Amino acid sequence: MKERAETFSMPASFNLLWLQSAGCGGCTMSLLCSGARELTSALEAVGVRILWHPSLSEESGEEATRILDRCASGELAVDALCVEGALLRGPRGTGRYHRHAGSGRPMMDRVQEIAQAARYTLAVGSCAAWGGVAAAGENATDACGLQYEGDQPGGLLGANWKSRGGLPVINIAGCPCHPDWITETLTALALGAFGTQDLDSLNRPRFFADHLVHHGCTRNEYYEFKASAHKPSDLGCLMENMGCKGTQAHADCNIRLWNGNGSCARGGAPCISCTEPGFEEPGHPFHETPKLAGIPIGLPTDMPKAWFVALAALSKSATPKRVRENAVADHQVVVPPVKKTGLK
Amino acid sequence: MTRIIVGPFNRVEGDLEVTLEVKDGRVAEAWAGSPLYRGFEQILRGKHPMDALMFAPRICGICSVSQSMASAAALADATGLAPAPNGRITRNLAHAVENVADHFTHFYLFFMPDFARAEYAGRAWHEGATERFRAVRGTAAAAILPARTAFLSAMATLAGKWPHSLAIQPGGVARALEASEKIRLFGLLRDFRRHVETVLFDDELEAVASLDSAAALARWAAEKPRGDFGAFLGIADDLALEQLGRGVDRFMSYGNYPQAESQFLRDGVWDGRLHALDAQAIAEDVSHAWLDGETRHPAQGMTRPQDEKAAGYTWCKAPRLAGLPMETGALARQVVNGHPLARDLVQRGGGNVKSRVVARLLEIAVVLPEMEKWVQQLVPGEPFCTQGEMPSAAAGAGMVEAARGSLGHWVTVEGGRIVNYQIVSPTTWNFSPRDSGGTPGPLEQALVGTPAGEGNVAVQHVVRSFDPCMVCTVH
Repeated sequence: MKERAETFSMPASFNLLWLQSAGCGGCTMSLLCSGARELTSALEAVGVRILWHPSLSEESGEEATRILDRCASGELAVDALCVEGALLRGPRGTGRYHRHAGSGRPMMDRVQEIAQAARYTLAVGSCAAWGGVAAAGENATDACGLQYEGDQPGGLLGANWKSRGGLPVINIAGCPCHPDWITETLTALALGAFGTQDLDSLNRPRFFADHLVHHGCTRNEYYEFKASAHKPSDLGCLMENMGCKGTQAHADCNIRLWNGNGSCARGGAPCISCTEPGFEEPGHPFHETPKLAGIPIGLPTDMPKAWFVALAALSKSATPKRVRENAVADHQVVVPPVKKTGLK
Repeated sequence: MTRIIVGPFNRVEGDLEVTLEVKDGRVAEAWAGSPLYRGFEQILRGKHPMDALMFAPRICGICSVSQSMASAAALADATGLAPAPNGRITRNLAHAVENVADHFTHFYLFFMPDFARAEYAGRAWHEGATERFRAVRGTAAAAILPARTAFLSAMATLAGKWPHSLAIQPGGVARALEASEKIRLFGLLRDFRRHVETVLFDDELEAVASLDSAAALARWAAEKPRGDFGAFLGIADDLALEQLGRGVDRFMSYGNYPQAESQFLRDGVWDGRLHALDAQAIAEDVSHAWLDGETRHPAQGMTRPQDEKAAGYTWCKAPRLAGLPMETGALARQVVNGHPLARDLVQRGGGNVKSRVVARLLEIAVVLPEMEKWVQQLVPGEPFCTQGEMPSAAAGAGMVEAARGSLGHWVTVEGGRIVNYQIVSPTTWNFSPRDSGGTPGPLEQALVGTPAGEGNVAVQHVVRSFDPCMVCTVH
C-alpha cells in the first residue's frame, strides 16, 4: 500500500445503520467480541453513532420501522449502511424467502432503497459480499451479495453501482468477519481516511486483504519442510492433506488473531478461505486437499507448480526427525534440543 | 378485536414477526412468524458428510458451537465413534462457554433494556434501570461487553475462534491442549466467575446454585442488594412477571454435557412428573408452514418450500413430542434435571417470564463451577481426538442443548453422500406455529392473555423471555 500522509478529520456525527438479511448474525456476534474496552464508546470516540442495530437498539416494531423509513427518505442521514447476510431474490424474483418483519416487504427492496440514500454501503461478512453460505448448493433461494454474485460483479445493486460517497460496496468479507475489520473500516470512513485506493480488486479493505492467512501461521516450520498432518489433531501443516487454503486466502487471521490469540489453523482447523468469493462451494470436501497425481491442486498463491514440486521434494528429504515426528502427533513428541554452547 | 403485527422484533437473534388479535386490551390469539428461509437442509443434500461440520455452525452466529456439537454428535453416531475423553471434555468446555456467554448476553443486551423504556417512567426502579440497562448507553454494557469478550477468549484456546469453528470433530477436537493452556483456561474461568459474582449476583456462585425454593430466593434477595440479578427480581415483583407469559408447562430437555457414564444435565420431559425422553416420538408438522410434505420424524423429514401455500404463515415447522408442543430452554433443563428452585418456581407458576429468566441465571451459577472441574480433568499428552471412517451408508442423530433449548440434527448418508439432513432447533419448538390439530406453539400459547396495545411492552417481555434465536428456527 502506498504511504501517504493524511490528516484525520473528526466528524460531527457519522451515523451507522445496521440491517440483517439472510445470514446467521455471526458477524454481529463477532463484532461484540471486539477487543475494544467498550465497543459503542470506542465507536463514539471517532464520531460513529448507532442509529439502529437489530441486536442492540431499544426500538422495536413500529418505532424501528419509522427509523428505517426516515433513513430511506433521507430525513435521517445514514453515513454507513452495514448489511449482514445475503440478499434473497427467490422464489421467482419475489424476494419472499425474506420478507422484513412488520412491513412484509422483501428485504432486498428495503436494503436497496436505503443503500441509495446512504453515503457508504458496507457488506459485512461473505454472505452480504458474495452470497456466501446462503448461496451454497443449488442456491434455491437465489441468494446474492450486495454487489457480487460469487466472484461475478453484479449482485443486488449492480456492477457499476456507487454509493453517494463515491465508493462501491465495501466488502468486509469473512465468515464471520473479524471485529477489527469492521471497526477499523468504520473508523477510517468516519475520519475521512478511506478511499478507492484502500480497496483491493474485489473491493475488500486492503488493510486485511493484502495479507495471506499463511502469514504468521504457527505451523510454518511444518510447512517449510512439508511435514504434513494426516488426521485431525495432528500438529503438522494442514495444506497437503487437510484442505488448508491459508497460502491462497486473503486475510490477516494469523497476524491479527481471533478472540485474543486464536485462528482456525491454531485451532487445528484448515483455512477454508472464507474471505474469498465462492468459498462455500470449493468442489471438494472441506477437510481434504484435492490433488492431481499426488500434488495439491491449490498451490501457494504465486508459486509455479514445478517450483513447488521441486521445493517440496527437497524439503521433505531434509526434514528433521523432530519436525517429521511431531507433524503426525497431537503434542510435541520431540522437543527442540537445548544447545549448551550459546547460540551464534 | 384489533389485529396488530409486531415486527421487526429486535434484540432477538434474527427476524421475527408476531401477529396478535387483541380483545379488551389483551391478546386473544397470537401467531409466531419466522419470515426468513435460507434452506440449510436443502444445501446439505449431496454433500460429503464431513462438510456438515462447515455448514452447521453457520446456521447461527450465537448458537454456533451448539450447532457444531449437534452435527459432530450426529456424524459420530453414524460412524459409531466415541470421542476421546480429553476431546469430550474440551468440547463440553467450548459448548459451556458459548451457553453461559449466551445467557449473559441475553440478560444484559437483549432482555433488560426493555425496562429502561419510557413506558415505565414513574416506577420506583425506572431511573436506576435506565442508567444501568438502557440499550447501547447503559452502564452495564460498558462493564459486561469486555467481560464477555475476555470469557469468549477461551474459545481461541478451545476451538481456534468463535463463532464458526471447524475444530469440533466427531472424535473430539482438532487440537490437543497443553498443560499451560489448562492453566490459562482455569484463570479465564476464575476471572469470569469473579465478574459474575461481583456484578450479577453479589454472592458466590455456589450460594446462588444452592437456592432451593422460591421462598429461599426471595429471602436471599431481601438480605441485601444482589447485583443486577437482584435488580431484576425487584422489577419482576413490581410488574408481577411471574404472572406473564405462562406457557404450555410441558418441559423437554435432551440433556447436555456428556460425562464418562452419564450427562451432567439429564434428559427427560417434565409435566409435573418426570418422564423419559422418547426421541422416536418427535415429529415435525408442516401444516401451517410454507412447506410441502407431511408430519414425519426428523430422521425421515423433508424440507420443500411452497411459498404460495394458503394455510402457511411462517417458514417454521411445528415439532411435537408425542403430538404435544414442548417448551425448551434453561428452565426446562433445570426442571428436568431436578433443580429444586426451578421445580418450585414451575410448581407455583409454570413457565413464565420470571421463571425463565431466573433459570437462565441460575444455570450460569450451576455450570461455571463445574467447568472449573472439567478443565482440571484434562490430561495433556493423552489423545484429544479419536479417528474413524464413516461407512458409505449410515444414519445418525445428534441431540444437544443450546443455551435456548433442545437442538437435534439427523443425518442419513448413502453412497458416501448426505441424502438427508434435518435440523430441529430450540426456537423451532418454542416458536412453532399451530399444528394440524390447531394447537398453538408454546410462544403462541404464552402470549394469550398478555396485555397489549399502545404503551404496553408486556408482549416484548414474553417474547424475549424465551431467548429466541430466529436464524436457527428455520435455518
